[in-house]
Amino acid sequence: MGTRNYRRKTSHSEHGPGDGGRTGSWRVERPVIDQSLCIPCKRNKEACFICWLFCPDIVISRTIPPKIDLEYCKGCGICAEECPTKAITMVDEAKFSDEEKDKE
Amino acid sequence: MHIIENGNVAAALGVKLCRAAVIAAYPITPQTPVTERLSEYVEAGEMKAEYIHVESEHSALAVCIAASSTGARTFTATSSNGLLYMHEQVQWAAGARLPIVMCVVNRAISAPWNVWNDQQDSISQRDTGWIQMYCADHQQIIDSVIKAYWLAEKVSIPIMVCYDGYILSHTYMPFDVPDQERVDTFLPPFQPDYALNPEEPANLNTVTLPDVRMDVKGELAHGYMEIRYLLHEDLRKTLAVAADAEKRFAEIFGRGGDPYLEPYRCDDADYVAVGLGSITYQLRVAVDALRKEGINVGVLGVRFYRPFPDAAIAKALKGKKGVIVFEKALSYGYEGALASDLKSALYEHLAGTGHLPLVQNFIAGIGGREIRTDDLTQNFRAATRSRIAKEPVWIGLKL
Amino acid sequence: MQAKTTILSLPTEEFVHPGTRACTGCGLAIAYRIGLKALGKDTMLIVPPSCLTVLQGLFPVASTKLPCLNVTFASTAAAATGILATLKTQGNQHTAVAAWAGDGGTSDIGLQALSGAAERGDNFIYFCYDNEGYMNTGVQRSGTTPIGAITANTPFKGKLQQKKDVPAIMAAHNLSYVAACSAAYPLDLHDKIIKCKDMPGTKYFHIHIPCPPGWGYDPRYGIKIGRLAVETGYYDLYEIVNGEFKLTAASEKLVEKRKLVPVREYFRAQSRFKILTDELIADIQNQIDVKWAGYYKQDE
Repeated sequence: MGTRNYRRKTSHSEHGPGDGGRTGSWRVERPVIDQSLCIPCKRNKEACFICWLFCPDIVISRTIPPKIDLEYCKGCGICAEECPTKAITMVDEAKFSDEEKDKE
Repeated sequence: MHIIENGNVAAALGVKLCRAAVIAAYPITPQTPVTERLSEYVEAGEMKAEYIHVESEHSALAVCIAASSTGARTFTATSSNGLLYMHEQVQWAAGARLPIVMCVVNRAISAPWNVWNDQQDSISQRDTGWIQMYCADHQQIIDSVIKAYWLAEKVSIPIMVCYDGYILSHTYMPFDVPDQERVDTFLPPFQPDYALNPEEPANLNTVTLPDVRMDVKGELAHGYMEIRYLLHEDLRKTLAVAADAEKRFAEIFGRGGDPYLEPYRCDDADYVAVGLGSITYQLRVAVDALRKEGINVGVLGVRFYRPFPDAAIAKALKGKKGVIVFEKALSYGYEGALASDLKSALYEHLAGTGHLPLVQNFIAGIGGREIRTDDLTQNFRAATRSRIAKEPVWIGLKL
Repeated sequence: MQAKTTILSLPTEEFVHPGTRACTGCGLAIAYRIGLKALGKDTMLIVPPSCLTVLQGLFPVASTKLPCLNVTFASTAAAATGILATLKTQGNQHTAVAAWAGDGGTSDIGLQALSGAAERGDNFIYFCYDNEGYMNTGVQRSGTTPIGAITANTPFKGKLQQKKDVPAIMAAHNLSYVAACSAAYPLDLHDKIIKCKDMPGTKYFHIHIPCPPGWGYDPRYGIKIGRLAVETGYYDLYEIVNGEFKLTAASEKLVEKRKLVPVREYFRAQSRFKILTDELIADIQNQIDVKWAGYYKQDE
């Protein structure tokens, strides 16, 4: 099977997620949010969202509570570092079992 | 309308008639008057185009590449080191499959500096995937520009229209300027398959992998090798499309014939000279002189250099006793570029048939060294008598 | 007077997909993401070879939801000119054109084309994302690498020359708008883009981009380090509007505060500066102090 009938003859890319594959596989630790410390969670209204602002990979949702997309989170730790209430901690990936690995 | 003007003006008129929408201009002798004349058309309102005074030739072609990618018909012109400076972009335009038309006013390359005519500049670009057309007079210049836009847009491959600096660019000749209506009939507005736009976003010409890969729609997309192969395949197919262009042109403008070759007294010739550009017309004088001496000679002008019309050339030269290539460029370290390509084509089509002619190679006019018609005649005559040398012979060398 | 954008008022539409090949903790990813929010959907991008090329994705997958033209290294600004020319012929006066080039592609190989476009007054925004080196090719020094920084080709002595002041070069072109920004202050970047969008001619943005592998720090400290660069007075956030210079955001606040963090703190946080001598650090501190004395004086 070849690409003879592919619809274009040039390097023409259309957009979609995961160009780098499942970049969640890069991380060695993952962010865990303690909702009892998270400001929008505590107030139950739109507030803070500093983690959402600074996430380089747009894997934190601007929701209450913020949710991490573990498929793509690279574990950089910026969210944990910038969270004003230290609601986010970076936890070693090894601590999560195989079943838990793909869930939050 | 018949006028008497110089070759650069012929080119500019062609571009004007083709309604080029974006023109990038950077000066370099002897091309400069082309873009100067275009600036007059634009500023006088005779031509509706965006005229960009770029700050280098590399940027000139960058502007054309970007403008063409966004859907405009574009033009630039250059010579010599200007062409060399934009070489990276020349390669890019072909790989990006953009129908840019560029006039190359042939001039010697440096080092050392030289502003006079030879063809090393465009010949050095023959491997880039551009279509190359060579002109022998002003009518061919204006006609080639018009044909080039149609052809480039048909096959999505950029085209260099080449003509000799000074010898054609700055001399005056009568030629016919087609009327705008007919050109509009021949050349419809540019309709690219895709033009960059926010409604249908795409990322063009990014890093392309050695291997094939799935795209976002779940289809298996080309790898780099396929994209490059398709350029080559489409270039080979261009030979047939060029014949269509020629036919269409002849229907609308009433002139033209062979898309690739311009023969003169070749039918019954035993020995045929071959060349690119204006030298072929000078060789006609030599041909007439030798014919008077009873030597059956002719000259074959090659109009289309890339893609190389190997089958047509082999057919034209089949059974000739000798082929003598006179050229103004070479692949340094070996031999004349046209001679090499020609030998390869003859070998491919005629080896073992008993009709393979002997090819001899002369290099002339390097750096604008005057080519005396007498020298052409003498060397041509000598070549019909014996094999002068295996290596190229440089005419007019004063070592 | 334009209202300052807050995190909560920042547009939520994203123009980049997750799962890019950008490094873990990439500072460019932050600046690019927020920058695109300011530019909006009706934008065409131009990108030369650089980290952004990789972030934007390899054929046939693109991570950005906007049209983008990849171009040769030296020709970013010329390509912007070319796109603009076509838009003009199409009667399109609304689509924005934005070039995003690295510091190498701007201050070194791309400077000629950028100067040409600026001189012609071509109407686009040029973003130089300055991670202070040729990071995409493995951390080689560029014109904007700071003095003393260890790079892959200044491996033991560090860069011997000063950082090239590209915003100053661009300001000399009499542009309507020049801005110095940082990935650590994305809202400042966002608002500056909104502010200058309708200004004439070429607008130039210089964005300081912390880079974990290039600068040598744990990725989680990227924003902190970006902030330190500003809080030490080493890298300033400012804008030059029709020739008038003005510090902005955190830098503007520092003029009131009159207290800079010692620049040593900034250098200590990054392993690329590990060979800086006390002497050189003192020298740099002095240069910063002199510069800020000037700012304080203007403020009076």
